[in-house]
Amino acid sequence: METAAVFLPLVGAMIAGFFGRQIGDRASQIVTCLGVGSAAVLSIPLFFDVAVGGNERVITIMNWINSGTFETAWALRFDTLSAVMVMTVTCVSSLIHVYSIGYMSHDDSKPRFMAYLSLFTFAMLMLVTSDNLVQLFFGWEGVGVVSYLLIGFWFKKPTANAAAIKAFVVNRVGDFGFLLGIFGIYMVFDAVTFDTVFNAVDAHKDDTVTFFGIEGHALTLICLLLFVGAMGKSAQLLLHTWLPDAMEGPTPVSALIHAATMVTAGVFLVARMSPLFEYAPSALEVVTIVGASTAFFAATIGCVQTDIKRVIAYSTCSQLGYMFFACGVGAYPAAIFHLMTHAWFKALLFLGSGSVIHAMSDEQDMRKMGGIWKHIKVTYAMMWIGTLALVAVPPFAGYYSKDMILEAAYGAHTSVGQYAFIMGIGAALLTAFYSGRLLFMTFHGEPRADKETMDHVHESPLVMTLPLAGLAIGAIFAGMLGYDLFIGDGRVEFWRDALAVVGEDPIEAAHHVPTWVVWSPMVVTVLGLGLSFHMYMRRPEIPGRLAAQFPGVYQFLLNKWYFDELYDFLFVRPAFWIGNFLWKRGDEGTIDRFGPDGVSASIIAGARRLGAVQSGYLYHYAFAMIIGIALFVSWIVVGG
Amino acid sequence: MNGFVENLPLLSVVTFTPLLGVLLLLTIRADDPEIVARNSRWVALWVTLGTFLASLLLWTNFDSGTADFQFVEQAAWFPTFGISYHMGVDGISMLFVILSTFLMPICVLASWDAIKTRVREYMISFLILETMMIGMFCALDMVLFYVFFEGVLIPMFLIIGIWGGARRVYAAFKFFLYTLMGSVLLLVAILAMYFTAGTTDIPTLMTTSFPFQMQFWLWLGLFASFAVKVPMWPVHTWLPDAHVQAPTAGSVILAGVLLKMGAYGFLRFSMPMLPLASEYFTPLVYGLSIIAVIYTSLVALAQEDMKKLIAYSSVAHMGFVTVGIFAATQQAVQGAIYQMLSHGVVSGALFLCVGVVYDRLHTREISRYGGLVNNMPKYACVFMLMMMASVGLPGTAGFVGEFLILTGVFQVNTWVALFTATGVILGATYMLYLYRRVIYGELTKEDLKGMLDLSRREIVIFAPLCIVVMWMGVYPMSFLSVMDVSVAKLVADYHNAIDAQAAATGLVDGVRLALGR
Repeated sequence: METAAVFLPLVGAMIAGFFGRQIGDRASQIVTCLGVGSAAVLSIPLFFDVAVGGNERVITIMNWINSGTFETAWALRFDTLSAVMVMTVTCVSSLIHVYSIGYMSHDDSKPRFMAYLSLFTFAMLMLVTSDNLVQLFFGWEGVGVVSYLLIGFWFKKPTANAAAIKAFVVNRVGDFGFLLGIFGIYMVFDAVTFDTVFNAVDAHKDDTVTFFGIEGHALTLICLLLFVGAMGKSAQLLLHTWLPDAMEGPTPVSALIHAATMVTAGVFLVARMSPLFEYAPSALEVVTIVGASTAFFAATIGCVQTDIKRVIAYSTCSQLGYMFFACGVGAYPAAIFHLMTHAWFKALLFLGSGSVIHAMSDEQDMRKMGGIWKHIKVTYAMMWIGTLALVAVPPFAGYYSKDMILEAAYGAHTSVGQYAFIMGIGAALLTAFYSGRLLFMTFHGEPRADKETMDHVHESPLVMTLPLAGLAIGAIFAGMLGYDLFIGDGRVEFWRDALAVVGEDPIEAAHHVPTWVVWSPMVVTVLGLGLSFHMYMRRPEIPGRLAAQFPGVYQFLLNKWYFDELYDFLFVRPAFWIGNFLWKRGDEGTIDRFGPDGVSASIIAGARRLGAVQSGYLYHYAFAMIIGIALFVSWIVVGG
Repeated sequence: MNGFVENLPLLSVVTFTPLLGVLLLLTIRADDPEIVARNSRWVALWVTLGTFLASLLLWTNFDSGTADFQFVEQAAWFPTFGISYHMGVDGISMLFVILSTFLMPICVLASWDAIKTRVREYMISFLILETMMIGMFCALDMVLFYVFFEGVLIPMFLIIGIWGGARRVYAAFKFFLYTLMGSVLLLVAILAMYFTAGTTDIPTLMTTSFPFQMQFWLWLGLFASFAVKVPMWPVHTWLPDAHVQAPTAGSVILAGVLLKMGAYGFLRFSMPMLPLASEYFTPLVYGLSIIAVIYTSLVALAQEDMKKLIAYSSVAHMGFVTVGIFAATQQAVQGAIYQMLSHGVVSGALFLCVGVVYDRLHTREISRYGGLVNNMPKYACVFMLMMMASVGLPGTAGFVGEFLILTGVFQVNTWVALFTATGVILGATYMLYLYRRVIYGELTKEDLKGMLDLSRREIVIFAPLCIVVMWMGVYPMSFLSVMDVSVAKLVADYHNAIDAQAAATGLVDGVRLALGR
């Protein structure tokens, strides 16, 4: 059953991918949906058995790479953490599969798309059920490469191709850190299997090592390296630039990449490695600071973007920041809880925006929308549900998880915890603001689209709205249903050893924060929504005036703090320039010039000179012979 | 069956079957050159396939529990000088024999339509090349090794020089000049070893300990030859030219097998025979390899010619290999061998990919292509797999070697691992950039629109390569377990020799100290 839950999506992907042309579009869609759907069905009893029932297990399939003491196997590890992830991933993914049937109905290569989606799901499942770091890396790179394929799905668009490469390469930068982290773990623990490593943590918690000339606490250095990997995959500050560009892919892709799967892999990694992170407090501080900063930074950009999907993309970036600083203060259960609820409502928002784009004849610019709520009421309602869950209004899902994160940050009573709390509250204000802005700009006010588009505005077919409804159910109920198990009284029994806590339980501390802390997220949310209502509904001229008044700030935000330009200047251009320089000046100008070409040129020159000796005059030769004999004789006489 | 195989001089059979094929090709008599060509192709194909099947017997009968040489054959050759015809394989060399015989039928098939002139002579060159390559991996006598090692150059020189591109003569001479320079020094080193040890027998030399001073010079002599073959920076510039001018199959063998000869030399000679010098020169190798990885990756990024780009990527990949060998840990050395095998398959396949479009459009210029995915989806799929294997995606052949090398190197020197690992990022950059320019985008260029997808013959060529690439990535144990014991012995002997030397010096120092001097 466990193996089937993981491998059925792969089977579906292979059938659709290799035989898509033969079996046709419809069959490909059915087979992939069936694959992922059955995996989702299987994941639910698995969840209850493993997480609730406490039957953790590891299923070893076969050896993978063994060399000396280095051993890894293909194995599926089912504990509470992976059971939660498997259930979330397969459920959300199967809804996205169904939705894709409708969304991609006008596309030429449906089998390919469905195959990619299923392959992506498979890679993600391999990632979360991995029993060792190397298989985790397999899934990690696997989702990376399929996301490369999915972002570049419309390969005729140059922007899509560029975005795909960017996503892969930026992720590779993170992977570089991740790889070094794995090597470090092997160096310290002599193993890469989770159980072996975690059991040995106690023995190695005070080890020091020297990496790259830095002598330091082994676990801290390792955790920092792993976190670099997590930053790349989860699009945290500095390595976030690929994520907004990834919106070039079709909408279900954005939902899949952003919601349930790929970008949360970084959070999953930190949670999975929590037994190590718990002994590396400085690394946790870094995680908190990066997470909190990203949460705020991405939210500021989200406030001015005009592409509906990019707003949601930055929102994802920001929400991931929340999850990270939850990990940073040791509230791993809260982070995973938020990961789970976020998967539902963010997928809902993405697919909902896809439904809007579908209705607006592929228009993504919110400035050209407005006034369409009457025409697409179902989508409109769904978007509201998603938004309320995102801005954490009770009783929607986000309320339970996000508030817990903020309280845990405050309850940590550390300076970085305070920083995270302040940033988190600020980001919550901005989240409410840009979410309200998105809704009001898209659905309300005067229609700004041309008449032809407006005439075409239509509700999406059932095959798209039903998955939306499914996700909406999750966005409403996931929080209240999961609360007790994930972060309530049942949490110790629920998580057992899957997430480590050393010392005081941050969740416990979070339950005892002052009342104003509990209420403040609510207050800023209302403020943010109200502000957006004021600026975009009652006085729609305000935003333009603000932008004109503060052009510097506006441009700065609109251009995403100029990170792309900076990286282009620092890395991309120099790489090409240096490459060209080394080729023309290094290889051709130096090595060849003084190496083979130089040698052959001087041989030719020498040969010419030697050739000149062959004058053809007899007396020249006779003279040379005499000199030769003279030298030979004198050598014998003197030497002998 | 087993008794039969045991009595058969299997290595000699595998090595010299291609030469028999050459004799067969020479007997082809026909007035019509077309018939000669057709018969030559078929004869070459069957001979190489037969050799491949015979070589599989090596694998099935191989005992991976021992580090000793197996299938050993020995016959006196120049008894006066103690030189003998001594053949044998261990876990390090056996898979290279398989790699060579595996790539050969693919090369014959790849040349099927592409080579139109002097087909018989072309096939003869390839079959001689095969004998030389296999012999080189099996030779257990330095002189015999030298004969095969240098013998490889001649058919390759001819293949580039006769069936190559426009600047083939320049490329052939550059290739020859570089490798010849190294060869001379290799010969000197072999002679020096012979005069010291009184034998050219490789297993005996492995147990001979040379004094450090001598190791120093011998190592440099060997290095001059092997570094050119690898090729290491800065003696790599022959490779891009040779690749660009060589016919497709020539590139496949060049990248697939010939580049492995240098690294094999390090493993067979430098490490076991000259451990002290190897350790002494390790920083040099590290330095040159790191430069190779970063330098050539950046150069690859700037290339406008597909073959040149892949040629430069080969230099970068071989940089990983040399780092791994000299890190001398179990993982690093096993990884290095694995990387060589996988690079042999993957880069061979990439050159075949270039060959596919070159056969259709007769240009390797990247900018002439674009949007091929629209009319060549199968091709795009194969190219994608090979590209991902080249960038070391887990689950493909490329990952295992790279990962093991870096794991092993990190244990020895974190700095070297850090710099080498940048190749992981850079490799992705230039390969994805290449793929984007050739495969993706709109199909706008008129002459591309008529290009057909992979033919049946091409599918037959690529199918085994794709299977092997996946197999090597998902279940590498089939290969790793073969080399496991041999590598363990190599690494242990290497460290023992160094420790013994250190202990000896320590003893001398201790005595000096005790005597108060």
